[in-house]
Parts: sequence; structure tokens; C-alpha cells
Amino acid sequence: MMRFSTLIKNPADWMAGGQAEHGAVLTSRIRLARNLRRHPFPGWAKREQRTAALDLMRPSVESLAVMKDAFSQELSDLSSVQKQVLVERHLVSREHAARGEGSAVVIERRQSFSFMINEEDHLRMQAIRPGLQLSSAYEALTALDTELEATLEFAFDPSLGYLTTCPTNLGTGLRASVMLHLPGLVLSDQIGQVLQAVGKIGLAVRGLYGEGTESLGHLYQISNQSSLGESEETIIRRLERVIGQVAQHEQNAREKLLEDDPEMVADKIGRAYGVLRHAHIIDSKEALNHLSLLRLGGSLGLFPADTIVLCDTLLMDIQPAHLQLHAVRKLSPEERDAIRAQIVRDRLQYLNSSDNSTPSADAPPADPDSANPPDEP
Amino acid sequence: MKCDFCDTKASVFLTQLVEGQMKKVSLCETCAKERGVTDPTGFSLADLLLGGITGELGGLSGGQAAGTPGGTKTCPACGFTLEDLRRVRRFGCAECYTAFRDEISPMLRGMHKGASHVGKVPEGLMALQFKHQRLQDLRSRLEQAVASENYEEAAGIRDEIHTLLPS
Repeated sequence: MMRFSTLIKNPADWMAGGQAEHGAVLTSRIRLARNLRRHPFPGWAKREQRTAALDLMRPSVESLAVMKDAFSQELSDLSSVQKQVLVERHLVSREHAARGEGSAVVIERRQSFSFMINEEDHLRMQAIRPGLQLSSAYEALTALDTELEATLEFAFDPSLGYLTTCPTNLGTGLRASVMLHLPGLVLSDQIGQVLQAVGKIGLAVRGLYGEGTESLGHLYQISNQSSLGESEETIIRRLERVIGQVAQHEQNAREKLLEDDPEMVADKIGRAYGVLRHAHIIDSKEALNHLSLLRLGGSLGLFPADTIVLCDTLLMDIQPAHLQLHAVRKLSPEERDAIRAQIVRDRLQYLNSSDNSTPSADAPPADPDSANPPDEP
Repeated sequence: MKCDFCDTKASVFLTQLVEGQMKKVSLCETCAKERGVTDPTGFSLADLLLGGITGELGGLSGGQAAGTPGGTKTCPACGFTLEDLRRVRRFGCAECYTAFRDEISPMLRGMHKGASHVGKVPEGLMALQFKHQRLQDLRSRLEQAVASENYEEAAGIRDEIHTLLPS
């Protein structure tokens, strides 16, 4: 069985390599909700009933071929920091992290699949992939679901589909969601319009950290709301089409910004880099917003392409629980801001930004950025 | 027209099918906002009527399915009541969907693109049900074979049962 430290030591597979076609799409996630037929749902079950359901499901999940050497723990055996780290990595929901005895999580070693047992539903299984890969994530997950059906009897009704604790998940039990980075649309003030259009066709939009449209780091999550009345393929196809369009809008917005005011763009990105590279105290909000701009710099070619992966990894590593795990102790908010700044400075050292020039031809060449202050003899 | 919740002049009017009946609610702007009626992503009238504020609306929700004390519908499998459903807007077990089917169908309509399932059907479930059926058949044949002292056949059936059971 894999240990927590081993699981978390490496960034998830889907965190490295999201830059594929669109810099705008970070990750694709598919979640399927399933329940056992003859057991009360976790929220209504008595303790023994919940444990009985767990004891039935856990061996089935662990024996999936993909879960060889997986991480598998009851929530009661995890510390609150460990749980929070899993939440920050999107491997466990906030609700699930609040649970203890009788609930468990089984995570595939490369963090591509995560199965929550006794969440709101008996089983919430999830697949995460980098970039826009909803279909392939669904294919992989539905195959595991089918494998589980051989040993677990899921609650299914011919007319209502898979039965879930909350009626909002009925039918397919499917939630498909995509994480997007949309700085171009934010900087050009078009984000509201685009998100409103997305909302109108029945898709949900959330900021990555915190609800509502006020999003940190220009990160947005778009997902389907309806799960009943349409097939999995239809739901996913629509979402992929919309995401493709949003990504295209983002691309256009970036090109327009560069065309209209290349110096403003380079200045914003350069300043963000400057702060990140040299700050000694930085809170999460400020760091996320600067990292967002630096990531944009990576997509625009102002910084090397691996900047994107670096930013995506940092995004995770500067979250509060990740910092505490890193420090191996409880940190005050002030200490967190200092350690956060230190981690960011260290990582950015390796960023080869020598070709950090303004995208405009007539602009003066940028300083050959000195990783070290110019205090050489 | 006055607001159903206070005496202010109503300016928001809602009409919707709830539990198969036409329901109308009039609200003033303040009450509408408080209850999320003006929120574009907001809730259906069913939420308003079935939700925690049913009492305030008095007669409005007093229709046929009302879970009035004494006559509360209960899921035979898990003991979950209609009151529970209205309070937490979640179900107690798979059987609840059968027990409360009449109440939930209007609630589903505003929520999803369709009212009935399209998509994956568990093959495993079908296989399992088939297996249960087969096991039952075999067991009754086994009993018969034993009763008629046909031990050779009984042994054969027993072996077959063993291959169907999980190791």
C-alpha cells in the first residue's frame, strides 16, 4: 500500500503537460456517482450500515487493476492537513474531507483516478487528465465503472438511471468539468459576457478558489449541470464544443491584446515576474494573480514554454495545506506568506528567462534578466 | 396585488407547475430577492413551495401530497420520510425513489434537460440479476434432486452452483 508521503511527493500526472494544444485548458475532470442498491445512502445510514457498505466497496475498488499499489485510507486515519492537501489537489471533495470513520478514499498512484467511498453517494469516482480530454477521461472511467459492476450491485432505475442521494445527479451520475485559464478575456473585459453566454446554455461556471465569478488567478471551472435526459456522450460533446469556443475566444483576446498594446502586456507580465522573483512575503491571492500573468507569459512566448508547467505546479504547492506539509508543522498566516514567497523565489530561479523580450519589434530589448542582483565585483 | 409574504405591493409574479398543479406566487422585490427568486441561476417555484418556508405560504402547499403530521409518507426500506426529503432535498436510499416518485417528478423537471434516463445501463447489473435467477433455479433443482434421491444429478448441480458463487 502506498504511503501518503509517496503519493504526494510527485506532482500529479495531469499537472505536468497541460499545455498541449490550448494554454487555456488546464485539466479535464469526469466524475461518476454510484450507489449500492440495498444499502441506505451514506448520509442516512447508521454507522454500522455505513461501515458495512465501505467494507463491501473498498476491496472491489482496491482490486481494480489500475489501483495496483494505490493509496487507500479511511478518512479517520488522515490528519486534517493531509486531508486538506488532497482537497487542494482535487483528489477529495471538501465535503468528503470533513468525514471520518466509515468513509475512505482510494487514489491511483499517479493521481489520475480517485475514488471516494461514502461521500454524499456511496461511490464518487473521478478521472483527471491534462488539457481538453473529457472524452478519453470518460472512456477510462466508465470502463472502471463497468468493471466494478461485476462485483457491486448499483442502484439503477430504467427511467431515472443511476440513483443518487441528491436528485441533481440522477441519470448518468456524470459531472464533467474543465479548468480554464482565461487571463486574456479578463484583461480585455470580455469575461463577463463569455461566462454569461456559457451560463445561458445550462452549464455551470465557478471560480477555482471560491464561488462566484470573482475568480483568483483567472481560473474558471465550467461543468454540466443536468445529468438526466441526455447521454454521457451528448453531455460531453456539448461541453467540449463550448470549451473549444471559449478557448478560441481566449486565444483571440490574447492576440488582440498583443496587437493593440504589446508593451502593456509585456509590462504586466514582467512586473508579475519581478514580484514573484523577489518578494519575501506574499499572500495566496497576490501569488495566484501574478502566477496567472507569468503563465500567460509562457503561452505568449515571453517566457520559455516550461513556464506553464512550473506555474501549474506552483499553483498547487503554494496552497496553505501544501505549505504546512512542506514545513512539517502548523504555520501562522504570516509564516505561510514568508514560506510561500521563498518557494516561489526558489522555483523561479530555474526559469531560464534570458529570452524575455518585449513582443514588439520597436521596443527596446529587455534587460538580459539577471537571476542574481547585479552586485558582482 | 400584495406580496404573499408581507403586505408590500407585489412586483414579482411566478407561475409554475408544481406537483402537477398550477401554482402562483406574488412577491415584493425584497421578498423575491431574499428567497432567491430573482437570481437567474436560482431555484424553481417547487423549491419555494416544497422548501422550508412552506409554512409561511400556508394554503399554497396544502395540496394532495402535503406531508401533514400524522400522514407523512415513509420509505418502507429505510424509514426516510417525505418531511425529510423536503427538509434536506436528498434521499435516504434507492427505494425512496419509488416511495416518493409522485412527489419528485415535478421537482426533477426544472433540474435536468429531460425527465427520463438516456445513456449508460449497467451491464453488470443485468448479469447479476441473471446470475441470481440462475442460482435460484439451480437451488430448487438441487432440492428436487435430493428429495428424489438422485444424488448423481445433485452433485452435478452443486458443482454448477459453486462455479457461479464468488470464490
